[in-house]
Amino acid sequence: MTDTRSPAVPAGAEQDPLLEVRRLKTYFPVRGGGLQRQHSAVRAVDDVSFTIRRGETFGLVGESGCGKSTLGRTIVRLEKPTAGEVVFDGQDLLAQKASNLKRLRRDLQVIFQDPHGSLDPRMKVRDLIGEGLLVAGELSRSERDARVEELVEIVGLRREHLNRFAHEFSGGQRQRIGIARALAVRPKFVLCDEPVSALDMSVQSSVLNLLTDLQNEFGLTYLFIAHDLAVVGYLSDRVGVMYLGKLVELAPTTDLYADPRMPYTQALLSAIPGVGKDKRERIVLQGEVPSPLSPPSGCRFRTRCWRAEQICAAEEPVLREIRPDHWAACHFAETV
Amino acid sequence: MSSTTTAGLRGGGRPGGELLLEVRDLHTQFATAAGTVRAVDGVSFGVPAGASLGIVGESGSGKSVTSLSIMRLVEPPGRVVSGEVRFKGRDLVALSEPEVRAIRGKEICLVFQDPMSSLNPVYTVGWQVAEIVRAHHKIGRRQAMQRVVELFTMVGIPAPERRVHEYPHKLSGGMRQRVMIAMALANEPDLLILDEPTTALDVTIQAQILDLVRELRSRVNTAVLMITHDIGVVAEMCDEVVVMYGGKVMEHGSVSQVSESPKHPYTVGLVSSIPTLEMRGQRLTTIGGAVPNPLRMPPGCPFQPRCPHAMEVCSTMPPQFEVDRGRAVACWLYQEGPAQ
Repeated sequence: MTDTRSPAVPAGAEQDPLLEVRRLKTYFPVRGGGLQRQHSAVRAVDDVSFTIRRGETFGLVGESGCGKSTLGRTIVRLEKPTAGEVVFDGQDLLAQKASNLKRLRRDLQVIFQDPHGSLDPRMKVRDLIGEGLLVAGELSRSERDARVEELVEIVGLRREHLNRFAHEFSGGQRQRIGIARALAVRPKFVLCDEPVSALDMSVQSSVLNLLTDLQNEFGLTYLFIAHDLAVVGYLSDRVGVMYLGKLVELAPTTDLYADPRMPYTQALLSAIPGVGKDKRERIVLQGEVPSPLSPPSGCRFRTRCWRAEQICAAEEPVLREIRPDHWAACHFAETV
Repeated sequence: MSSTTTAGLRGGGRPGGELLLEVRDLHTQFATAAGTVRAVDGVSFGVPAGASLGIVGESGSGKSVTSLSIMRLVEPPGRVVSGEVRFKGRDLVALSEPEVRAIRGKEICLVFQDPMSSLNPVYTVGWQVAEIVRAHHKIGRRQAMQRVVELFTMVGIPAPERRVHEYPHKLSGGMRQRVMIAMALANEPDLLILDEPTTALDVTIQAQILDLVRELRSRVNTAVLMITHDIGVVAEMCDEVVVMYGGKVMEHGSVSQVSESPKHPYTVGLVSSIPTLEMRGQRLTTIGGAVPNPLRMPPGCPFQPRCPHAMEVCSTMPPQFEVDRGRAVACWLYQEGPAQ
């Protein structure tokens, strides 16, 4: 039980952490007026702490604008953080010099959502997959080619595909190219940012199977970001829920889905339209997500919460461990 | 005789229900430089008055072109080549443009996926909804605007008197979709076609919109044709479902029949490949291959190249075999259906 306002030791830090996020903030300045002065900031990620354990799949869910993608991108340093630390395998990523960062980045790779926009249309598949190896500059040309040929088969494509361009492939195949590209430099950690949401239903499942196989084969750790709660529930070991820049709940997947302790998570999970699901009471939230430019005081969810009381406006609830490994940020987490 | 095109589809849902909309052997094609795309290739189904039918399919299945064909909104190079769309007994395909205009927006309304591109950015949302009201009723501006405020209240837009004066960009995605629904309901249509109405929305907003449609249906008894890729949404909203693939109807039945015991190999693959919490730790079922190129559709059943049960006979398109009451499957596996 933590009673400090924001715990310095993040949730779930005890078990073999690969990546620790400590009090991370990413704000985007909003400029305007005659001199383009900054007059406010979008708090996309606002004081978030958690740990990703070695070899696990950590799912991150939340609605658009909640900051889940910004959090992921900040972790791999595609966005510049405003404050906080990201400790990867014992080293603070945010404090690294450029030269060292280049080496560290090999360990952290990204699979993007859009298999159309994330592949250079003028490069052949061979060069797309091998680009990371070329930049790393450790392998000779023939070694690189051998590795690329191995990879293309690992992700379920064929060698004759290597001399084609990305546009010649279907969405599912393109996503496989993106996966091969991410794996080329043998990363330890892969950020999967909505990797299957642009794919057709009948293709999704084969890409999810591939991600599972690769994790088992190469001992990968995934940060899996998606808005599809069913996909995240299927794949993740633990799931974090974000709302307006805050991490509001974090627990092992089955525990979270069976017994969410934060009202927002309860509403989110009850909203999944389902086939043959027991029609559990649907919680339909009133209103919409407030602007991240001026989030509500106290608990950010209180404006839409049916349990909100005075304390919720006055005091921000801390993400606390309400039972082993289950963390929730709600004043009434025990009774909700 | 078990192979019929529409007979099996009439009985399901509401017994004795008069068909409000009946689509018969519809063919819509697009003539492109690279060849002819048969986007909708012999589709038949019916919607009884006040009922709800879902059309489920992936991209390229022809589900959206089906809805555009019903509304007569297919633009060149596309055109409805043959078939009938009978609405209250009249064939919409054969009507003149002014006749269709009188029906469109009044008796049949369509809500698209993306409310931003369906609203005109340079007019206020109130003006745009009032325009629809005035197109079909002889009333003044002021009266029309009053009606819009009523409609906005009905679809749950807060502060409607103020919102009618706002431009689309000022509203959130969920609010814009509510405006679209208000517009669609302005003239209390007999048929509401919803084309992926919640795909661009977040799950909690999706729940709000689906809830709204359900509530409005119970109040104004509008029939709903819901087009979506999400079987879950159909399961929540519809009585019956049509599964489309490659421009053809693969399976038709009640939502519980199709989602709980799918018959067509495509539907079987689709339903069992959905990841769920219960499937954790197990491999997902996959459908090999990819959706075929619409320019190079295989002969016969479009699913045949990916089908685990493909046989020689599959190069001829099977008719709809009735396998149960109100249940039809377009697959040769069901040639000797239990109904015989």
